[in-house]
Amino acid sequence: MSKLVLKNVARRYGAVEAVADFSLELVPGEFVSLLGPSGCGKTTTLRMIAGFVPPSAGTIEMDGQQISSPSNVVPPEKRRMSMIFQSYAIWPNMTVGENVGFGLQVRKLSRGEIDRRVDAILDVVQMRNLKGRYPAELSGGQQQRVALARAIVVEPEVLLLDEPLSNLDANLREEMRFEIRRLHDEFKITTVYVTHDQSEAMVTSDRIVVMNHGRIEQVDAPHKLYARPRSRFVAGFIGRTNFLEGTREGSDIRFDGFSAAAARLEGASGNGALLYSLRPQAVGLSGQKPNGGALAVESEISGRSYLGEYWDYQVRPLGAAKPVRVSTGPNVVFEVGSRVWLEIDPAAMVRVE
Amino acid sequence: MTVTAPALSTPDAPRRAISFDSTWLIWIAIIAVLLFLVVSPFIYLVVTSFTAEKTGGFTFANYLTAYGRARYVDALLNSLKLGGAAAALAGLFAIPLAWAVARTDMPGRGLTRVLVLMTFITPPYTGAVAWILLAGPNAGWLNRFFMMVTGAEAGPFNIYSFSGLALVIALYSFPYIFIFTTAALELVSSEMEDAANILGAGAWRTMRRVTLPLALPAILGGLIICFLEAIALFGSPAMIAIPARFNVVTTQLFQFFGNPVRVEVAAAYAMPLLGVTILLILIQRLMTRRKGFVALTGKGGERRAIRLGPWRWAMFGYAMLIAALAVFLPYLFLFQAAFAKAWGRGFGLDNLSLRNFHFVLFEHATAAKSVLNSFLYAGVSATAVVILTLGVAYIVTRRLVPFGGILGFLCIAPFVIPGVVLAIGFYAAYAPPPLALYGTALILILAFTTRFLPIGYVNASAAIRSLNPEMEEAVRVLGGSRLTALRRVVAPLLKRSLLGAWLLIFIPATRELSAAIFLYGPNTKVASVMIFDMSEEGNFEYLAALALILQVLTLPLLWIGQKALGRDFMLRRNAT
Repeated sequence: MSKLVLKNVARRYGAVEAVADFSLELVPGEFVSLLGPSGCGKTTTLRMIAGFVPPSAGTIEMDGQQISSPSNVVPPEKRRMSMIFQSYAIWPNMTVGENVGFGLQVRKLSRGEIDRRVDAILDVVQMRNLKGRYPAELSGGQQQRVALARAIVVEPEVLLLDEPLSNLDANLREEMRFEIRRLHDEFKITTVYVTHDQSEAMVTSDRIVVMNHGRIEQVDAPHKLYARPRSRFVAGFIGRTNFLEGTREGSDIRFDGFSAAAARLEGASGNGALLYSLRPQAVGLSGQKPNGGALAVESEISGRSYLGEYWDYQVRPLGAAKPVRVSTGPNVVFEVGSRVWLEIDPAAMVRVE
Repeated sequence: MTVTAPALSTPDAPRRAISFDSTWLIWIAIIAVLLFLVVSPFIYLVVTSFTAEKTGGFTFANYLTAYGRARYVDALLNSLKLGGAAAALAGLFAIPLAWAVARTDMPGRGLTRVLVLMTFITPPYTGAVAWILLAGPNAGWLNRFFMMVTGAEAGPFNIYSFSGLALVIALYSFPYIFIFTTAALELVSSEMEDAANILGAGAWRTMRRVTLPLALPAILGGLIICFLEAIALFGSPAMIAIPARFNVVTTQLFQFFGNPVRVEVAAAYAMPLLGVTILLILIQRLMTRRKGFVALTGKGGERRAIRLGPWRWAMFGYAMLIAALAVFLPYLFLFQAAFAKAWGRGFGLDNLSLRNFHFVLFEHATAAKSVLNSFLYAGVSATAVVILTLGVAYIVTRRLVPFGGILGFLCIAPFVIPGVVLAIGFYAAYAPPPLALYGTALILILAFTTRFLPIGYVNASAAIRSLNPEMEEAVRVLGGSRLTALRRVVAPLLKRSLLGAWLLIFIPATRELSAAIFLYGPNTKVASVMIFDMSEEGNFEYLAALALILQVLTLPLLWIGQKALGRDFMLRRNAT
């Protein structure tokens, strides 16, 4: 049975549709991210799951029981969930131990039991020695760990995270991504994670929901989102890409500077303009005309940048208006202006809406 | 961590999200209280002004009576003149001082701030009494000193005059302008001044062309508040203008309240005071809110003190001169009178006595009780205001109900009602049966509560807005109710600022005179009324003793406030 089911959930604020027709099912123990630019409705969706915001339409169910609908909303405190907030919302008037123990206290556990569980979870997040400290005496990363411990110690049915890493510096953010995933692997709590950072979502999630303008663009595992984006928005939002526009010419599809057989391209049916996404990493670059199944397109290097881990080349097929961006390893060196061959595997070209 | 999930009450009984639940009941209760405190006295004030005393029917007669005599109209004009003179004089005191304290290397800047605070916490009527001792014709100390030095027959000073009254009011209201101006000047960055300097402007021109214009809206705002304070004041005019044989609005209103009480005429007569206040407050708000003019960005960081060179001592001298007029001399002679057998006999040891304090505290029939009354009523009112405004601010800030903004507006509205006018409204609304509250402790407490709602609300909503709502959401998502969140998180976090708000209400409430003088009864006399009575009887030794007792009792409260909220809390928070 699904752990959490959102059916056609929508939320309007006056004339503004913050979330529209959002449907999603989470299996128990699944880690799902809501990913999108700011204002895409991801936080509103999370707050509807938490019960802070009633939906304008649709329903939310947990373990088969309805918890949200436009007329009935189980209040947040009755949902047995927990949440990590963007500001951490660590209560400054309570020590680390009191913060973490709060949820257990509300659940009326005995003192000894509370102490035992608080110590255990503080061990897990490596904060046991700071149990008596006040939040003002902690660093940002430590506060984050307290927030994690406080949310996990109650063994919630669902764990909600609202951009929990956005206030940390870059190094710490990277470390905490793995920490969040590690804790998930240890406790297997069904988790919904809101972020605008694609690499955060990719490191932590089983599935990613990409949202834009209040609607779901695509739901998929991280590698599928990257390899098989279904919309122009997803292709552009997750990683860098080339958008290639093609038109049918007989049995070929004509692109800017080259053609490909329609039969070898995905979804190349019908007439009119066809849009394809081609990742810079999926394009080969060589000095001689390559053999093999890939399309070979004679081109010129029109620009390049060296980024340490890779070269970013701008390669213009002869006769084309716009260059294609190509990433190569740091040892593949071509001078600007030199003649090269692009190797394009039609199977790597993904048709997008 | 493999224990089974701890049980919460099951989510099998979904509650309706928008329902007639307890928040609505609280909202309705608060609306009812605010209607009672704010709206009803205001409506009664207006209605009463059109009501015939005998028949209870509609009439314009009250307005004809109120403005039918030249001396009534003169009193109105006197008030406007007084407000203008006092504000101008206060500006003269406050603006140079504010600039020197905020932006220059004048010595004794901290001392100057302390002295301004001392001025600020001196009730205007206490200052007026001190100035009667200083500049009363013939017997006043300044006149006696002048006669002693020059051998003249009479001294030049007479406090019982229009200019004397304007001076006394200005001396105890200039802190308002000082507070507004320093706050604005502290936000003008040095870089703006540097920009003028680099284009060739000297220190003087920079101040005139850049710094002061930037602070101008704040300065004008302070002048307006001073003007309004001057026209709404009752104590100082009653002590000085009446012996000087002229009237202002507030003293005239008091006379309409003499035997027999003509509340209908008083209500009609109070309208211009109310109108002018509302108008000027609106103007002040518009001025201080106009963005783009005041460059209150707070950016450009560091502010260097402007070096005054030798002029710094001249500036310091000016600061000390004002301090002498507002603090040193008045308190010196208040102390002298309080510890004297007879104040006119001077500083000799044979004139020294504790008799006045003993008399005031233990022998006088009502003096000690009046102090207790003041503290009791102020305490109850301050507590009521803090609880009420905290509730309103929470509901408004967290948008718990639609149209919450109305609640906030009602809490702020009394700001435009002068104390005297408020008292007439309360008298009109609640003195007659069925409530018949006149002379009870309750009507004083209610009037004080209404009067200080705005201070409470401004502080409470600032406090709540400083609190991230996620703090409460974290409680709820872990299974705590809204009430748990209030009790375990909101209340502990707001403790300090609520204590501060309480003190900011309590301290002025212990000195309130303008409303109390119209509403007290034989058993509910407060200290301010007692002091006023003693001044009418000419008992300056007892009066000085009582006034000093009141001041001394305030000091520990100030100390607590500074501990909780930091130095300057009184000056800072009142500016908002």
